[in-house]
Amino acid sequence: MTQALLALEDGRYWWGRAVGALGERAGEVVFNTSMTGYGEILTDPSYRGQLVTLTAAHIGNYGVDLADLEDAQPWAEALIVRAFSAQPSNWRAAESLSQLLQRRNVMAVADLDTRALTRHIRAAGAMRAVLSTEDLNPESLSAKARAIPTMEGRDLASTVGTREIYTWTEGTPADWTLLQLAPEPNQALGAGAHVLVYDFGVKRNTLRRLVDLGCQVTVVPNATSAADALALNPDGVLISNGPGDPATLGYAVETLRGLFGKVPVFGICLGHQLIGQALGGTTFKLPFGHHAGNHPVCDVKTGKVRITAQNHGFALDTTSLPREVEVTEISGNDRTCEGLRHTTLPIASVQYHPEAGPGPHDGDEHFRTFVHSLRVQTARGSV
Amino acid sequence: MPKRTDIHTILVLGAGPIVIGQACEFDYSGTQAIKALREEGYRVILVNSNPATIMTDPALAERTYIEPLDVPTLAEIIARERPDALLPTVGGQTALNLAMDLDKAGVLEKYQVELIGASTKAIATAEDRELFKEAMNQIGLRSAHSGIARSLSEAETLVQATGYPSIIRPSYTLGGSGGGIAYNAEDFRRIVEEGLALSPIGEVLIEESLLGWKEYELELMRDHAGNGVVVCSIENFDPMGVHTGDSITVAPAMTLSDREYQRLRDMGLAIMDAVGVATGGSNVQFAVNPANGDVVVIEMNPRVSRSSALASKATGFPIAKIAAKLAVGYTLPELPNDITRSTPASFEPALDYVVVKIPRWNFEKFPGSQPILGTAMKSVGEAMALGRTFPEALQKALRSLENGHMGWGADGVAGPPLERLRELLITPTPQRIFVIRTALELGWSVDDVHALTKIDPWFLRQLADLLKLEQRIQAESLDSLTADLLREAKRAGYSDVQLTHLLADSPSQRAVRQRRITLGVLPTYHHVDTCAAEFPAQTPYLYSSYETESEAAPTSRRKAMILGGGPNRIGQGLEFDYCCCHAVFALRELGFETIMVNCNPETVSTDYDTADRLYFEPLTLEDVLNIVDVEQPEGVVLQFGGQTPLKLAKGLEAAGVPLWGTSPEAIDRAEDRGQFGAVLAECGLRATDYGSATSWDEARSIAQRIGYPIMVRPSYVLGGQGMAIIHNEEALDAYLHAVTSTSPEHPVLLDRFLDDATELDVDAVSDGERVVIAGVMEQIERAGIHSGDSACVMPTVGISPAVEQQLHAATVKLAQALNVVGLMNVQYAVKDNTVYVLEVNPRASRSVPYVAKATGVAWAAVAAKVMAGQSLREQDISAAPDLVGYHVKEVVLPWRRFPGAKIALGPEMRSTGEAMGSGDTFGAAFAKAQIGCGRVLPTAGAAFLSVNDNDKQALLPIAQGLNELGFKLIATSGTADFLKQHGLNVETIYKVNEGRPNAADYIINGAVTLVVNTPLGQTSIFDEQAIRQTALRQNVVAITSIASAQAAVDAIRALCAGGLGVRALQDA
Repeated sequence: MTQALLALEDGRYWWGRAVGALGERAGEVVFNTSMTGYGEILTDPSYRGQLVTLTAAHIGNYGVDLADLEDAQPWAEALIVRAFSAQPSNWRAAESLSQLLQRRNVMAVADLDTRALTRHIRAAGAMRAVLSTEDLNPESLSAKARAIPTMEGRDLASTVGTREIYTWTEGTPADWTLLQLAPEPNQALGAGAHVLVYDFGVKRNTLRRLVDLGCQVTVVPNATSAADALALNPDGVLISNGPGDPATLGYAVETLRGLFGKVPVFGICLGHQLIGQALGGTTFKLPFGHHAGNHPVCDVKTGKVRITAQNHGFALDTTSLPREVEVTEISGNDRTCEGLRHTTLPIASVQYHPEAGPGPHDGDEHFRTFVHSLRVQTARGSV
Repeated sequence: MPKRTDIHTILVLGAGPIVIGQACEFDYSGTQAIKALREEGYRVILVNSNPATIMTDPALAERTYIEPLDVPTLAEIIARERPDALLPTVGGQTALNLAMDLDKAGVLEKYQVELIGASTKAIATAEDRELFKEAMNQIGLRSAHSGIARSLSEAETLVQATGYPSIIRPSYTLGGSGGGIAYNAEDFRRIVEEGLALSPIGEVLIEESLLGWKEYELELMRDHAGNGVVVCSIENFDPMGVHTGDSITVAPAMTLSDREYQRLRDMGLAIMDAVGVATGGSNVQFAVNPANGDVVVIEMNPRVSRSSALASKATGFPIAKIAAKLAVGYTLPELPNDITRSTPASFEPALDYVVVKIPRWNFEKFPGSQPILGTAMKSVGEAMALGRTFPEALQKALRSLENGHMGWGADGVAGPPLERLRELLITPTPQRIFVIRTALELGWSVDDVHALTKIDPWFLRQLADLLKLEQRIQAESLDSLTADLLREAKRAGYSDVQLTHLLADSPSQRAVRQRRITLGVLPTYHHVDTCAAEFPAQTPYLYSSYETESEAAPTSRRKAMILGGGPNRIGQGLEFDYCCCHAVFALRELGFETIMVNCNPETVSTDYDTADRLYFEPLTLEDVLNIVDVEQPEGVVLQFGGQTPLKLAKGLEAAGVPLWGTSPEAIDRAEDRGQFGAVLAECGLRATDYGSATSWDEARSIAQRIGYPIMVRPSYVLGGQGMAIIHNEEALDAYLHAVTSTSPEHPVLLDRFLDDATELDVDAVSDGERVVIAGVMEQIERAGIHSGDSACVMPTVGISPAVEQQLHAATVKLAQALNVVGLMNVQYAVKDNTVYVLEVNPRASRSVPYVAKATGVAWAAVAAKVMAGQSLREQDISAAPDLVGYHVKEVVLPWRRFPGAKIALGPEMRSTGEAMGSGDTFGAAFAKAQIGCGRVLPTAGAAFLSVNDNDKQALLPIAQGLNELGFKLIATSGTADFLKQHGLNVETIYKVNEGRPNAADYIINGAVTLVVNTPLGQTSIFDEQAIRQTALRQNVVAITSIASAQAAVDAIRALCAGGLGVRALQDA
């Protein structure tokens, strides 16, 4: 057994047992209360630069099915778990979580009091931390944590997104489509509409859902200018989720302003915040962020509630939004902005993760709405 | 949308008596629902025949009817109360079926009563297997291949398509009653015939077997706006083939990936839609093929269920309360989450702990029945435990069960016979979890065990890991045990007692505890917070673990701690939870902060808003002492939770814990026959001759001295476990042979048995000075039948005022002699006007809620206040109020669940629940109590009479009465001859072994509507069992004692006269 030590910048520390790669990893320590989907969380680019505490009691139970992963590689710096199952039990498991962690050199610590850690972060806020199997001195490790850059002001999105344009053609694996529960044939909806996805750290499930709905998907680097994007002749643009501080992405705000009104735009998570900023709004830091797979979101118009996956530390200040922007959804928990829509232009976004992966599928209809709007726009010939 | 203002009065239906498959979880759900509706200002009318419930407390609903749950009674109540709406979803299957019957009978339409919470269409779609299958097909979901059969030949045709093994499920029975798994054609015929007979509509479902598939349940909620949430996912440790009520279950699901889980979630919500559940809670069961993930929908319940009670306790999400609010028009986002108080109820709880539920069985009470688990539920209760990991929760749940185990083995309890290991792995039994241990200990691999049990390897590996940890502990002695290893063991759920067995030097429990405290390995307490710590919790609902920080945050208020009753079992059920809740209410009223400790998820006491603080913990000495250490209560109350907390009295006292009420020493004096003899002598009271034997020889000589018949039993038992009436030495030897553990520590008690005596129960409350008699109950059955299995009546009908005076005086003397502070129950036998004291229980008894309902006084609350120091004088209580009318308590017996078991009442308790009937006459009250227990007494037809010689004289007025009421009389030769001699017209028929057509044939042919059959002795047991089994199967009321027969005649007379009337508790 190899001991591992997690030390926070404020001096708190916890002991555990190393169950992944050995070494030392630094980053912001955050938590996620989803009860399933550790593989998806591990490979979600939004977790770049973060040590992710999974609050579910047992992690690793069902192993890893590569088809479930949200990117080709893990992005979280490390996993922090209470009980770790080295051997999986599930017919879909291609490998164990342990194998994936070793193979991709990701650190993980188990038998650690994740509840105490989560309670601490909840109260004190996400903070810098270092996990180590090498330096087992709490004080020196805390000092290291204090030495790493803070999340504020870090443009991590540029480090996780693609640098090359590529097309994506893979949909949800046949056995797992939501088809059986869908009201209309999926493929017909998109009818080959061309969607550009700005990659700030896009999750594969976003791309899969677009393909499922019959779209042609082109993923572009997030630095792609509006002109370059429009030159690709898209029917719509999706601004993806991603890690880091939205305030550092001034270039993206500019790009968005160049796209508005020319092509339907839909944003998810970071994309939502960028759209909000591009429309004139401002963001603020939430007291404890939203990090779960069980958050209620209320549709302002219908009153209907969606249970959603969420992972964000910032929110749009609704009072800062101009009159022509309406808030479409709000958080059931803290009433913060969860979705917006422009009243005259085809612009919409959601703060949560309609693509799930992991999480409930309640927000999935946003993909339909977006893809449907492309068809309407295409029929009209132009915006 | 806010609540509806077009309805004002809402009728809530309870679940009736506790039966297997429908237990006190429906008191919990009903109580929550009533509170929720009252909170909204609705006028609530409650009907439930079960007096032991909290929901039937007069303070809860506006109008409370303890009346039978049948159509005529409900029609009368509806006509009287004119409710606008009926909520049928919180009273189990009973309430749902009754609502459907009321609809069919046109009652709802006639009085313009709207069903809320579930429509008749939704109920029908969910309940009718063909409609359900059709609905699933329409949304593209697969249900098991199956077909409905209404005859054996139809069934045999179907099974050719569905194949063996074949699952047989009778329609409209509770908890899978009467169903089974057939591996061959012979089993198949037997189970189908039984199922056809048991189904009220004579219909069985023949279904493909999904044995070995993984089984999951989702608990869902939906509002009328279409918002749906999954409150909890549950994974069964036992794969398909074991009824979910008999399975060890785990929450949240452990072995599903997000894709698989979300697919089940999508399906669950779609199923609710397809079935047409507009609002409320539902439960959906799925089978998942472990080889390829195929999903089959097993069933859905469009109502609050046993699993929803479990899910509520497991997550902190109050399903029944929310369901009630949704039924009156609220939507989920409009309702708050009580635990966080800052977030809405429209969310899905996130768990950062594991919950394990383990059923509690009572097979030992039904000799002759096979302790095998299958598709028909057999368990009578359950314990739940929470831990930060599965092993921790499992071990805590196992030691909560109170069956001798202190965790997953390593506790001194012997393992299974090795030669049967394979068989016991293949065939599920209550012991299987321990059989797995033995197999793994012997070096069987996880794969081997999985191959035989089909239990998911993930669970098995968790268990195998425990054995590895044990090996490390076994290498240590108490002194060499490091804090790290000790903490690791505690985090894996090991109790101190297990450590005494594991450590090389076998230290005492006390020494382990001391060492643990010295090493600083102390439990931490954590909130059940619904959100995995994402938000702060405001409601102190706690469980223990061994983490780095405790969230208990005890207050500095004056505190009283109440220990609950643990898992329900026969002899210790809902009645004790009723008492515990009342103790909580009373002590809170006195200004104490109340702290509840219990591990039974079905109860009202483990609702987070019953006590100020709830510790969901096992009721063992270790676990309770740990909480006492944290909370430092001013007093701990033991006497309301039955035998469970009482067993802890000595240990708690030795540890210096302040115990309120009657002292443990006094309890000992009452339980120890020698000491109790001295008490009786001091009071000048008589007992029957008795003796206490520590060896076989001693037992024989005592029996010689006091003379046969004798009553024997092991000491310190509840519910008469192991009790028997013995008529000769041969039978005594056989008994002693069966009770192998006769020893100085485990003596056997022998009492002279009083034949044909009247048994009476007296409940009293004493504050040490004043003693108040709460109630005197006369048992309908003669002495010798366990009081828990006998109907009884208040006021008494068969003893003289002088004798009743003697009972009062004796009770007062006994209470004073034992220094009783709180409740006391005394059992007396009266023979030839002489009073004998049978036993004294200086604690709350099973009869307390019934006496409370009959007298209108919450005696448990009075007693709790007394224990906290408020005298009866201060409470202004000097006597029980005069009774209005007659109140009969009748019991329900689970014979149907235990085919093969001998059907006969005796000194060992076997009933699972009770109903109460009240009326102006004894007959009317008795009739209602019978109906309340589902026994519909006939008002016409033929009575079959067969009694022993002793009973013949007493049978005469009964036979005459039946004759006057127009019944044809049929009897076997001896009884017939006797009745003919007295001028009655009787048809003589064969006994079962005399020829055909015999008595059983008559019953099967419907030629008999009532059976009176008293025990005729050893020689005719076969005959009696055949008659009773046949009557049971044919739903013919079979009465097995003269006293009951007499009461039944009174009741039939009342039924024939018509108009039993209804009365609300608040009418008095």
